[in-house]
Amino acid sequence: MSALQIKKGSSSHSAYNLRPQFSDAEERHTLAVIVDNEPGVLARVVGLFSGRGYNIDSLTVAEVDHTGHMSRITIVTTGTPQIIEQIKAQLGRIVVVHAVHDLTVEGPSVERELALLRVSGEGEKRVEALRLADIFRANVVDSTLDSFIFEITGTPNKVDAFADLMRPLGLSEVARTGVAALRRGT
Amino acid sequence: MTRQMTGAKMVVQALKDQGVDVVFGYPGGAVLPIYDELFQQEEIRHILVRHEQGAVHAAEGYARSTGKPGVVLVTSGPGATNAVTGITDALMDSIPLVVLTGQVPTFMIGSDAFQEADTVGITRPCTKHNWLVSDTARLSDTLHQAFHVATSGRPGPVLVDIPKDVQFASADYTAPEDAKVSHYQPQTHGDLNMITELVEALEQAEKPIFYTGGGVINSGPEASALLRELVNATGFPITSTLMGLGSYPASGDNWLGMLGMHGLYEANMAMHDCDLMINIGARFDDRITGRIDAFSPGSRRAHIDIDPSSINKVVKTDFPIVGDVTQVLTDLLDIWKARGSKVNRPALQSWWSEIEDWRKVRCLAFTQEGKTIKPQYAMERLEALTKKHDRYICTEVGQHQMWAAQYLGFEDPNRWMTSGGLGTMGYGMPASLGVQVAHPDALVINVAGEASWLMNMQEMGTAVQFRLPVKQFILNNERLGMVRQWQELLHGERYSHSWSDALPDFVKLAEAFGCKGILVSDPAELDDAIMEMIKYDGPVIFDCLVEKHENCFPMIPSGKAHNEMLLGAASTKDAIDARGAVLV
Repeated sequence: MSALQIKKGSSSHSAYNLRPQFSDAEERHTLAVIVDNEPGVLARVVGLFSGRGYNIDSLTVAEVDHTGHMSRITIVTTGTPQIIEQIKAQLGRIVVVHAVHDLTVEGPSVERELALLRVSGEGEKRVEALRLADIFRANVVDSTLDSFIFEITGTPNKVDAFADLMRPLGLSEVARTGVAALRRGT
Repeated sequence: MTRQMTGAKMVVQALKDQGVDVVFGYPGGAVLPIYDELFQQEEIRHILVRHEQGAVHAAEGYARSTGKPGVVLVTSGPGATNAVTGITDALMDSIPLVVLTGQVPTFMIGSDAFQEADTVGITRPCTKHNWLVSDTARLSDTLHQAFHVATSGRPGPVLVDIPKDVQFASADYTAPEDAKVSHYQPQTHGDLNMITELVEALEQAEKPIFYTGGGVINSGPEASALLRELVNATGFPITSTLMGLGSYPASGDNWLGMLGMHGLYEANMAMHDCDLMINIGARFDDRITGRIDAFSPGSRRAHIDIDPSSINKVVKTDFPIVGDVTQVLTDLLDIWKARGSKVNRPALQSWWSEIEDWRKVRCLAFTQEGKTIKPQYAMERLEALTKKHDRYICTEVGQHQMWAAQYLGFEDPNRWMTSGGLGTMGYGMPASLGVQVAHPDALVINVAGEASWLMNMQEMGTAVQFRLPVKQFILNNERLGMVRQWQELLHGERYSHSWSDALPDFVKLAEAFGCKGILVSDPAELDDAIMEMIKYDGPVIFDCLVEKHENCFPMIPSGKAHNEMLLGAASTKDAIDARGAVLV
């Protein structure tokens, strides 16, 4: 379970367990950080990672509650369990952070990323690109006589796999959104 | 009833409503409307410093000696950037500050205007939180929020950047009681199950030790009182970090002295050999732990801290307790008493006899002989002649700071102001002003090295202008003593740029500032000189010429463990000959 689910203002009944059972192996964790949507909030989070030498593999941010002015930042990071716990604790003490969820340890979750890929080519390669796109359920969102732009949604692994297949077929440009993630269930 | 007022007036009103009685600051173009409001009132005193860094350190001294937040007011651009060192210092030592900076008007932000700097950008990593207020309607709420954040949870500096047009514009003022309730409400109660587990460990421990830090002092005087009760009732030994000195009295029976790199032999040995370490409000700083993989190898560790990120950051913890020290110690004492106030007496007795053997090493012993004053002797005499006074001590950073921590005894919290985490040379002189402002009748002494002291010596002008009778006690070795010591021990005695050969005449300097200067170099005249300093009704620069090559011992060299201390001058007669003597 998450070692650091400390709700701000919680009482002595909070059932957190900070006892370390740390290994030295690096792990990949997806964190959802709920923040006030105010100027500089992203700089605070990014500055924390750069200032303390933590990794950011992917980061997305957007306002998710317009009336409450709350944004959700989804961060994929890697580190030893001790570092991951430290990252969560450091995020948790930023004043404008309301909650930090470690989706990797809080039970099953779904992760999706959207990517746009420009694939340029002619003849056989063009046909093959279209065929593979169909298998991956990628949509064609723009087309010229010698190029496509594909839109693909899926896990980062799926996007990687699709990009790998497109590379020999004329992949010339990629734009990815980074990971958005939600816990499964209600 | 709502009250319309200008942003500038709101600032002053909010400070009054927050109970602020003094502001440390320096005016400039972007804060003139606020200065105009300060001019037209009597309740808030303004102390005009000579450099913005001085304003922040003075506010730190005020805050540390009163437990109240310190308030700073500076202008945009250079005013704000000059304050950065002080703000970082306050962040590292968890000192509550509210720093107000002027900013160019909102419509000029981003245009590289005169005296424009991205103040919230620059200070984002060195404040607990900061705000750029772009609308007067939100100013008073933000100011109240600033005080709340600075003083809640782990205290720290906050900054509110106020553009000049926001100061001129008018809006409704919100009183503190009507301000929006902040979602920022750090947890103060520790987990009772974990506290109970810690109590069980306390009852059985054979070699326990309390290791306390600045968090006890930040938690307020009640925390120190509870700590004293706990230490005295359990009979456990107690050591403290540099920041925690005074929370348990130096004259107390269970006091081992400070621990760490220049801590006492008995304190470090007890930390190394203990079986239960109870960390209260300290953070396992690298000056404390020494080599981390050899740190206290046989102990279980409890860590009581209000900041969850302190726990398991450096040292893995067996009893993690997130909470305010006062609250946690109250619960801990209640539970321990309810279970019969048990400790393992026989084991404690043999633990204390081990500690007594370490004490016999007398690691702080020195010999004062000849016609040169040893810095340790100067500290010993300062302690003897001032300890009966209502006394506050500040320091700069370096050897003198460690000697002050070793040889001066602190009986109460909030009496010791030093730059621990950041190690800011130039801290002590302005900090002493802040302390004196808060305690006008007390004896406020800044123990300094001449090099550190020169870094913010311009603040003597502030001392004279505001009749702050601070005593600047300079241990003058004409060297950057700690740098010199490291060069001697680690860099083959190549003293690269660690001496000053153009020091001012401090007595003449004192005269130039309009205060008193005292020079002493003869050990036989030291007592009289100190008495003259104490009795003089006004600021004093006390130039105490000391042994130039004295090293500060005990010392845990970098990368060594607690039981690998150098005792140097304490175990032999000559520190330099004894260099490298490693005791196990």
